[in-house]
Amino acid sequence: MISVRNINKTFGKQQVLYDVGADFQSGRVNLIIGQSGQGKSVLAKCMVGLHEVDSGQILFDGRDFTSMDKSDRAEIRQEIGMLFQGSALFDSMTVEENVKFPLSMFTKMTKKEMQDRVDFCLDRVNLQGRNALYPSECSGGMQKRVGIARAIAMNPKYLFCDEPNSGLDPKTAIVIDSLIKDITYEYGITTIVITHDMNSVMEIGDNVIFIHQGKKWWEGDRHTIITTDNPEIEAFVFASEFMKKIRSSLKERIK
Amino acid sequence: MSIFWRMLMDELQFIGINSIPIVALMSTFMGAVISLQTASNMDSPLLPAYTVGYITQSSIILEFSPTIISLILAGKVGSNIASEIGTMRITEQIDALEIMGVNSINHLMLPKILASILYFPVLIVFSMFLGMFGGFLALVISDLQTTETYILGLRSWFDPYNIFYALTKTVAFGFIIVSISSFYGYYVKGGSLDVGKASTKAVVVSSVVILIANFIITKLMLL
Repeated sequence: MISVRNINKTFGKQQVLYDVGADFQSGRVNLIIGQSGQGKSVLAKCMVGLHEVDSGQILFDGRDFTSMDKSDRAEIRQEIGMLFQGSALFDSMTVEENVKFPLSMFTKMTKKEMQDRVDFCLDRVNLQGRNALYPSECSGGMQKRVGIARAIAMNPKYLFCDEPNSGLDPKTAIVIDSLIKDITYEYGITTIVITHDMNSVMEIGDNVIFIHQGKKWWEGDRHTIITTDNPEIEAFVFASEFMKKIRSSLKERIK
Repeated sequence: MSIFWRMLMDELQFIGINSIPIVALMSTFMGAVISLQTASNMDSPLLPAYTVGYITQSSIILEFSPTIISLILAGKVGSNIASEIGTMRITEQIDALEIMGVNSINHLMLPKILASILYFPVLIVFSMFLGMFGGFLALVISDLQTTETYILGLRSWFDPYNIFYALTKTVAFGFIIVSISSFYGYYVKGGSLDVGKASTKAVVVSSVVILIANFIITKLMLL
């Protein structure tokens, strides 16, 4: 479980996060949603240590990440897998080398064990036989899947996904969502997904946190988000006429 | 092979081997021009003919190969390093390294710095030979001097300390180019336009620092 307690973060004179607190449970897909520029990516980057918080605590299974020194943080970071918005694959390495990278940096596996692990991870994301491709030769969806394979190579306890569906067509987005959900349930990982894709919210949102104006505005799940009367949630989730129609028909059904 | 050794080999290939053609071209023509200019200014009958070879040798070893070639490499290698690391920054590849627990500065810069320190002296020695060979081609083909006179000039008053001085400068220049370019690439913010700006800035700053370092090292080692 990851817990954040009273996180405050400012950039210069601009405060981006105000006393944000939340618990992200293991074995569940936790979603952080919100409009662009509301602080959800900053919150995620604070949680993995890419930004330092001004005040507050980030606890990884009770271990206070914010008060740790560099070497202790490095240990926790080896338990974190992260899928980036643009995949962040290493351009100069093949698909196989990308997945193998954390294994060769941090484990004492033999070549055979490493190869088996790489093949397993690539199989898991349905990329068997694509080992020799370079990232530039992969489609957007394939790059995301390589990113997931790399993120799970070290058997992480915590998985962060920053807008995993951005730039993908709806069908591929569903494939990525399903992968994230399956991996989370299969390995009991604490997964945190930053997204503003409502399909993802409805498909995989076990726990949904809505960030608005740098504050935790609302918390619920994919069922309660439909029925909530919170005006900011309504304005965000049901922004289009199409979504408004869906919502009213769903509400009628629930009644 | 460990990741570090593989990266070091890649950098040796990129910084070293791939720079050979430009170094060869520059050095040969530079040597040719130095020898021709020296010959054209040596019209006093009091100066022996082999002085041309001696001046060519001294100019190439002391200044042209270590400094001019390093300035050329600042443009070629420096801009490439800055844009490579800058692109890694804006595409979040450096963040990915950090999150994995990798010391990204060490991981990215150490192989480049080591490769430059190891290979720049090799390139400069290569440049010295080619510079003198270029001088030979220019003078002998133009029938301005005989082979024997030119070689006698090259061997006259040769001081091995000059080679030590030149290679010391080269190591310092290699370190300056790679560290400054890596710095500008690593701390780039924004998008591809900013990577281009960082790359240009890296070349300009590296060149200026090379000129200043050249003056300081010369003052310390030659006078």
